[in-house]
Amino acid sequence: MSAQGYAHPVTHDEHEHHHKETFITKYIFSTDHKMISKQYLITGLFMGIIGIAMSLIFRLQLAWPDKQFTIYEVLLGKWGEDGIMDPSVYLALVTIHGTIMVFFVLTAGLSGTFSNLLIPLQIGARDMASGFLNMVSYWLFFLSSIIMVMSLFVEAGPASAGWTVYPPLSALPQAIPGSGAGMTLWLVSMTIFIASSLLGSLNYIVTVLNLRTKGMSMTRLPLTIWAFFVTAIIGVISFPVLLSAGLMMVMDRSFGTSFFLSDIYIAGEVLHNQGGSPVLFEHLFWFLGHPEVYIVLLPALGITSEVIATNARKPIFGYRAMVASILAIAFLSTIVWGHHMFISGMNPFLGSVFTFTTLLIAIPSAVKAFNYITTLWKGNLQLNPAMLFSIGLVSTFITGGLTGIILGDSALDINVHDTYFVVAHFHLVMGISALYGLFAGVYHWFPKMFEGRMMNKNLGYVHFWITAIGAYGVFFPMHFIGMAGLPRRYYTNSAFPYFDDLADVNVVISIFAFITGAAQLVFLYNFIHSMFYGKKGPKNPWNSNTLEWTAEVKHIHGNWDGPIPEVHRWAYDYSKLNKDESDYVIPGQDFVPQHIPLQDNEEEMNH
Amino acid sequence: MTAFLYLVVIILFAVSVWQMSKILSMSKAGEDSSTSQIANDKDNKINGKLMLGFVIFIYVLAFISFYKWSDVLLPDSASEHGVDIDQLWLISMIIIFIVGIITQWLLHYFAFKYSGKKGQRATFYADNDRLEFIWTVIPVIVLAGLIIYGLFTWSDIMNVDTEDDPIVIELYAYQFDWRARYAGDDNILGDANVRLIEGVNQLGLDASDPDAQDDIVVNELHLPVGRKILFKMRSQDVLHSAYMPHFRAQMNCVPGMVTQFSFTPTKTTEEMRLDDEIIAKVEHINSIRSEKNVARAIAGDEPLELYEFDYLLLCNKICGNTHYNMQMKIVVETEDEFNEWLSTQDNFATTMKN
Repeated sequence: MSAQGYAHPVTHDEHEHHHKETFITKYIFSTDHKMISKQYLITGLFMGIIGIAMSLIFRLQLAWPDKQFTIYEVLLGKWGEDGIMDPSVYLALVTIHGTIMVFFVLTAGLSGTFSNLLIPLQIGARDMASGFLNMVSYWLFFLSSIIMVMSLFVEAGPASAGWTVYPPLSALPQAIPGSGAGMTLWLVSMTIFIASSLLGSLNYIVTVLNLRTKGMSMTRLPLTIWAFFVTAIIGVISFPVLLSAGLMMVMDRSFGTSFFLSDIYIAGEVLHNQGGSPVLFEHLFWFLGHPEVYIVLLPALGITSEVIATNARKPIFGYRAMVASILAIAFLSTIVWGHHMFISGMNPFLGSVFTFTTLLIAIPSAVKAFNYITTLWKGNLQLNPAMLFSIGLVSTFITGGLTGIILGDSALDINVHDTYFVVAHFHLVMGISALYGLFAGVYHWFPKMFEGRMMNKNLGYVHFWITAIGAYGVFFPMHFIGMAGLPRRYYTNSAFPYFDDLADVNVVISIFAFITGAAQLVFLYNFIHSMFYGKKGPKNPWNSNTLEWTAEVKHIHGNWDGPIPEVHRWAYDYSKLNKDESDYVIPGQDFVPQHIPLQDNEEEMNH
Repeated sequence: MTAFLYLVVIILFAVSVWQMSKILSMSKAGEDSSTSQIANDKDNKINGKLMLGFVIFIYVLAFISFYKWSDVLLPDSASEHGVDIDQLWLISMIIIFIVGIITQWLLHYFAFKYSGKKGQRATFYADNDRLEFIWTVIPVIVLAGLIIYGLFTWSDIMNVDTEDDPIVIELYAYQFDWRARYAGDDNILGDANVRLIEGVNQLGLDASDPDAQDDIVVNELHLPVGRKILFKMRSQDVLHSAYMPHFRAQMNCVPGMVTQFSFTPTKTTEEMRLDDEIIAKVEHINSIRSEKNVARAIAGDEPLELYEFDYLLLCNKICGNTHYNMQMKIVVETEDEFNEWLSTQDNFATTMKN
């Protein structure tokens, strides 16, 4: 294993002589986990800009369906002639918005960034188990991003069968123009993406299992690492299933097989396909698709655990319960996929089983929420932007999670399935929550990524408060149009009169969406500006216990200039008092970093 | 109405801008030190208060939403099983709101109450098995209740009892419209397959099947009130979903298989039009449409027709470009009216002869 070489202490001299890096090896084909994490983040943010911009364009259409906007013509070309949006490009926009946000921003951009940055730094390793595979993983991700963006420029339009790409719609170009070359590129891009994700995940698992520093037992791991570790395991279990579904789809589309197609009469002719089932595709898709929700969410919850404990100056409440709930969520996430298919035509008995498993998942989720709240109780909360985003995450996680109790109940799902109620639910519980996790991570670990530079806190506050108000402003009213029975993926609600009275709700939602979108520009400015001109802060700006803050501020290959620190305690000894309760364990300092040995006047605890 | 909403949005936005400028101006001091980008007591205090403001914002938003938009929600169920669904919905909603209001309050209130001050000491409180136990068990009990209630409701809806002698109707979906096929006097749908689609035989019925001869294909769905209906769904091309929101009914239409859903309508279209909620909704929609008509008249466009309530069958699974307008009118009427209407429709044998 290549990383074994790093296990020996590398002296400073060796360092200077052995690593003559060129621009290409340092910034492009880098095998250093810190650089790769920055590459992931910046690619993810770039994709995020595209994804969010798309949502703003279709929000414009939904709020004012009968008005003309020249911006359509500018941005959408032939699909926006005379300022009128074409229905096919509306479907393309929602499809690609979903794909980009779920996979490219919240899977790669969130988990890719922070797993890469934090796993070696927080477990005390010089790098990932395989730096080379790590590099390959990023470049495959980059390639898949390029292909996905390219698919936007295909003559007949990009994939437009919804991000779930259910066949036959996605398999037949006769059914919708986007299912031609656009869909082919979608499949190619996703295949490469899955390869990237698998390489990354295997690397994370191996690194966490094998490269922990001395003293870093599994029960001393920060919750971030637990979350990334379990996320990687879910990814390895479920992504291959999507890959096989994708391959079968390629076969059906190009080689005349009938995995998912049967008895179809379209465009005046009968297709030869017989015996396949679209429901099979739904099963395979959601076998990934549902764990995917947790692949997105668990890293965000891990980041939040760390940020909340640090900024509350308190240990995270119920560390073992938190680990147990991560494991329980991970296990349950693989046996609940059928709740996306209650009314797909599958056996109603299965619906009962999936209702049962789905509602079970509310239990570990509730435990997590209660533990976060208790961690805040009697703390000394340092309300840094990262902390605000973490509290915001708990808030949206609760709100979105609660409506999950309705949607997970098969009987109630009948009438709100595929309506805007679902859209509101999952945007709050996985979209907004995971984005908040991403932002919390960026604000918190920015100094670690950019050699001590810090983001501007005031711009951070502006960013948070507008986003927090805007996100609720968008998604809370959206539940109502869902309860009014409005189906999702409708290009306009005004084709027939029944939904006319929802027009003003849609206007409100869109206005909040534009305000929220504008607030992200504040973040972008802050991010780019701070990268170059950010003020340098102290080595350990948030007075945190975890090992990454003991590593060199300046990025060096191998992270620690001297030997890797040895770990003597868990990561959450914040505000711990000495035996006679006269002062903190280290007098005058309310935290005890993990590499500090047990002090004389300190009681040992088994957490 | 709309003006009020704009006003609320603008006020909220103004408040946030004002708060931000306040934050900016208040935290100018001490910019030079290396800790300038780390929250100080002032930041903690302001943001702690904003947290308290934020939870109130959530409550107000919820209140305004209910106040403003309760009238757009679906009216009371027009089917038998829908009443059970609505009951379960209400119970779940009450639980959700209670839990949501309490937890959001605790979260934000703690963020306000314990916002950091110099010299304030956080309590080292790492775990408490009893607390963990309590908040594991309470969700378990509540969810167990919901699960059991939900499962009974679900199996009542989905397990169709054929002894009720339901009327069998096929819902046939294709890009981008619906057809309904009545099973005729024998109440048995004739065999059909897309391979047999030809000319007027739009649904691909098997002309040699005796059961198919009395089948009746129509493009407007009529249902007799108080009779159990068994819908058999079929799709010709891609996935569609037969969504009848007023009856709390939905089932996907899948090419290559026949899916089913069953319900008993309890209110005729006429009765529904006299329902208070529907009257209010129709008035609201018509006032919006008349407003639009004023603008249209000025632009020289044809005026919109005034709206009258009808049950709808909507497509609720993305199916292509015109997905947003794939709908069919449903008429619920008395059994006599229904039989009279049905007798005026041509059956399959007659259609093929013509």
